Amino acid sequence: MKGRVLVVDDDTALAEMLGIVLRGEGFEPSFVADGDKALAAFRETKPDLVLLDLMLPGRDGIEVCRLIRAESGVPIVMLTAKSDTVDVVVGLESGADDYIVKPFKPKELVARIRARLRRSEEPAPEQLAIGDLVIDVAGHSVKREGQSIALTPLEFDLLVALARKPWQVFTREVLLEQVWGYRHAADTRLVNVHVQRLRSKVEKDPERPEIVVTVRGVGYKAGPS
Amino acid sequence: MPRDSAASAPGEPGHRQGRPVSPTGHTSRFGRLVDGGLLLQDGVQGSPALRLFSRWVRRPLLPVMRLWRRNIQLRVVAGTLIMSLGVVLLLGFVVIGQVRNGLLDAKEKAAQIQATGGFEAARANAADSQGADRGAANGGAQKNAVQWRSDLVTQLSSGGQSAFHVVALAAGSDAGRGRGPRASGYVEALDSVPDELRGQVDRGDGAYQSFSRIVYSRGAGEPVAGLVIGKRLTDINNDPYQLYYLFPLTQEEKSLSLVKGTLATAGLFVVVLLGAIAWLVVRQVVTPVRMAAGIAERLSAGRLQERMKVTGEDDIARLGEAFNKMAQNLQLKIQQLEDLSRMQRRFVSDVSHELRTPLTTVRMAADVIHEARVDFDPVTARSAELLADQLDRFESLLADLLEISRFDAGAAALEAEPTDLRDVVRRVVGGAAPLAEAKGSRIRTVGDEQPVVAEADARRVERVLRNLVVNAVEHGDGKDVVVRLGAAGGAVAVAVRDYGVGLKPGEATRVFNRFWRADPARARTTGGTGLGLSIALEDARLHGGWLQAWGEPGGGSQFRLTLPRTADEALRGSPIPLEPEDSRRSRGLSDAGLPSGGGEKQATVPVQPAGDRGPVPVPPTAPSLQVSPSADPTALPGSGARVVPRQAGEPDAPAGGTARSGIHSTASGTGTDGVRARPDVAAPARAAESPRVLEKSDAAAEEARAEAEVEPEGEATRGR
Repeated sequence: MKGRVLVVDDDTALAEMLGIVLRGEGFEPSFVADGDKALAAFRETKPDLVLLDLMLPGRDGIEVCRLIRAESGVPIVMLTAKSDTVDVVVGLESGADDYIVKPFKPKELVARIRARLRRSEEPAPEQLAIGDLVIDVAGHSVKREGQSIALTPLEFDLLVALARKPWQVFTREVLLEQVWGYRHAADTRLVNVHVQRLRSKVEKDPERPEIVVTVRGVGYKAGPS
Repeated sequence: MPRDSAASAPGEPGHRQGRPVSPTGHTSRFGRLVDGGLLLQDGVQGSPALRLFSRWVRRPLLPVMRLWRRNIQLRVVAGTLIMSLGVVLLLGFVVIGQVRNGLLDAKEKAAQIQATGGFEAARANAADSQGADRGAANGGAQKNAVQWRSDLVTQLSSGGQSAFHVVALAAGSDAGRGRGPRASGYVEALDSVPDELRGQVDRGDGAYQSFSRIVYSRGAGEPVAGLVIGKRLTDINNDPYQLYYLFPLTQEEKSLSLVKGTLATAGLFVVVLLGAIAWLVVRQVVTPVRMAAGIAERLSAGRLQERMKVTGEDDIARLGEAFNKMAQNLQLKIQQLEDLSRMQRRFVSDVSHELRTPLTTVRMAADVIHEARVDFDPVTARSAELLADQLDRFESLLADLLEISRFDAGAAALEAEPTDLRDVVRRVVGGAAPLAEAKGSRIRTVGDEQPVVAEADARRVERVLRNLVVNAVEHGDGKDVVVRLGAAGGAVAVAVRDYGVGLKPGEATRVFNRFWRADPARARTTGGTGLGLSIALEDARLHGGWLQAWGEPGGGSQFRLTLPRTADEALRGSPIPLEPEDSRRSRGLSDAGLPSGGGEKQATVPVQPAGDRGPVPVPPTAPSLQVSPSADPTALPGSGARVVPRQAGEPDAPAGGTARSGIHSTASGTGTDGVRARPDVAAPARAAESPRVLEKSDAAAEEARAEAEVEPEGEATRGR
């Protein structure tokens, strides 16, 4: 049941190859080749994860990512041929949880997909506080003074990781490992962009963060509660 | 570098041994003069005391001199003021002279007429009185004559009020014989009439005149300038006496001072007005020029849309138009270049995408086939293996090519943040551990007790270091690899040392060339794309840092990455010497105490294209006697020279060593000057003279010259 993957890619050969690999790993892939039809396909198939190519005919990947993110927190993994900072950052800022640069190895792709799906497993009931936020880990909700704040699963994981050990300063590498499930250090820009996005949602003033505090030269830590 | 052209050693400016003396052995006066002149000149350069003095004198004047040099308006106004002042002064003198002459001429004429009349009257009076007094006694006659003269003076002066005074004096030597001077109007007769005039009057018959000061008896007034006219006459006794008319020039002096005052006021006004006019006129010209300068500065700072305001059709307007046209063309060209660069980047990006998508498919297909190879026959299985391996290589080659083209397009961006290089090194060493194990070598890390933090792009630094470490392991012949960290001043450094085959002469620069391979016949087996070090060099450059190589054949090699502590800081040196202390040359050196005279010198820097960022590191010279291993003189281009005097002070430092340091610092002094000498060309030349054991005096001379050559540079830096 956990394993529907929507592949949004215009390259039919790659899409077919992705299908072969994903089926071989026990996922249920579905395909769409056009950016304009991506959203409709997403609503129809209700996938557990979206594999999204950045360069698409019709709507480009960034736009599609934004649209999907607007109505769902489903994990989105971008496929990109551009490892340039700007492209990656724009992709991440539009709401993607992770990205993978072409050409990639099948194992690498599967590992990323698994890492993104794994976090959806049932967590133990747990209440956390960070700043003036109350986090219900099992209920997957974040509230400030009773008002609930909508976070994507990844942003939620990031916040929970910080809130569980408020005394600890997390380096970007450690966060990559804990939240994204990377074994060895990858691109720390992932962390930077997602911290920015998280801040824009949970901070009263994102310019002066109080919940997720930067420790210059080291990483991030939870703000005092 | 001729040795006998030395400047004087510091502290003894005048003493020079090589100066020729005159054949007699005594220095001629002329010679001394020349010598003295030279001494003064040299003294300013050579003697610290004189230099200090001249600096002390100059310092308070510097801002004024600077303003003077930089402000043309000030110069023109000052010049106008000085010149117009000269003209006004000259004019004033001429006019005043004219007026005075005119006034005096008129006065003289009037005075002469008056005096002539007076003399005539006196003569007539004497003739009349002679008849009346004839027959009187001799003594009585004399008494009469005295009385008569007094009367005469009174009578003559009565007509003149204060316009003139009359003085009667005894002629010649009679002056003292009771015939005292008679004077009207409280005039001190003897003081007022100059002796010279009296002599003339005594000797001649006519009337004589002279200018003098008329002195009044006490309380009657200040002395004034006056005209004195005198004539010798005879009194009633037919005795000669002198009659003088004294005309005070008070009125004329008053007129003259009035004229002077008027002229001075007018002149002052003229000068000030001329200055103001000059200021206004120059401003008209200078303002557009300054505007142009300002706009040119803004243009060069990148604000290409800046233009000059053009009004009218005069020369200034033409300047403005030409300037604007130039700016327009510049903007156009730069835009074209920018477009080109953007297109290039776009192209690279598109190629990247277009190539990568099919490659991804191929890659995945190959992996699937590779996974299933156990089911294939041996030939197909081996083919699947080869396919997968070569795809890996193809991938990394493509990635490297794209990375390089990104650097070439200027699209590489630095994402610097404070990074502890120890973490990066730890990751790199950890990543390279399996390879090292396979090769049978150990990777040791030295100098990681303290944090080594710099503003750096961790991703790029890690890529550089991974490249260096993997290279070191691959070429290390299974011997240990040492990664050394260091931080000092504004720089941090990581050096990777291996003890493998090393580098042949000249190779230390070529290792950074694209697709360069140490041994074309051999290297293909060791994989790698041939672009690793080129990318590493670009990465270092992007940080404003250095990447340098050192190596000796059979003695291993060392690659050193030096980064500035903060991203906007320029590097001045590296905390780690490029040539390791355990190099064979260094060891040979310390055994023999002298340089072994170097043929094997390979320490070089990559030849960097002109206009790249960051200073060119100073080419390390022949292996130096490292007095203090903590500071590498070759690595600190600016301060290399400053180390010298301290070393010279150490009595136990071998003379040869001191001298060598002198050469050393001279070399680095010129090296920093932006002379991009090919280090591998320069090094042998210097190395050739290394075995020479210099005498002590030469050492001092070398040292002095080193200081003299380095000094102006220091001055320039201060001036900036």
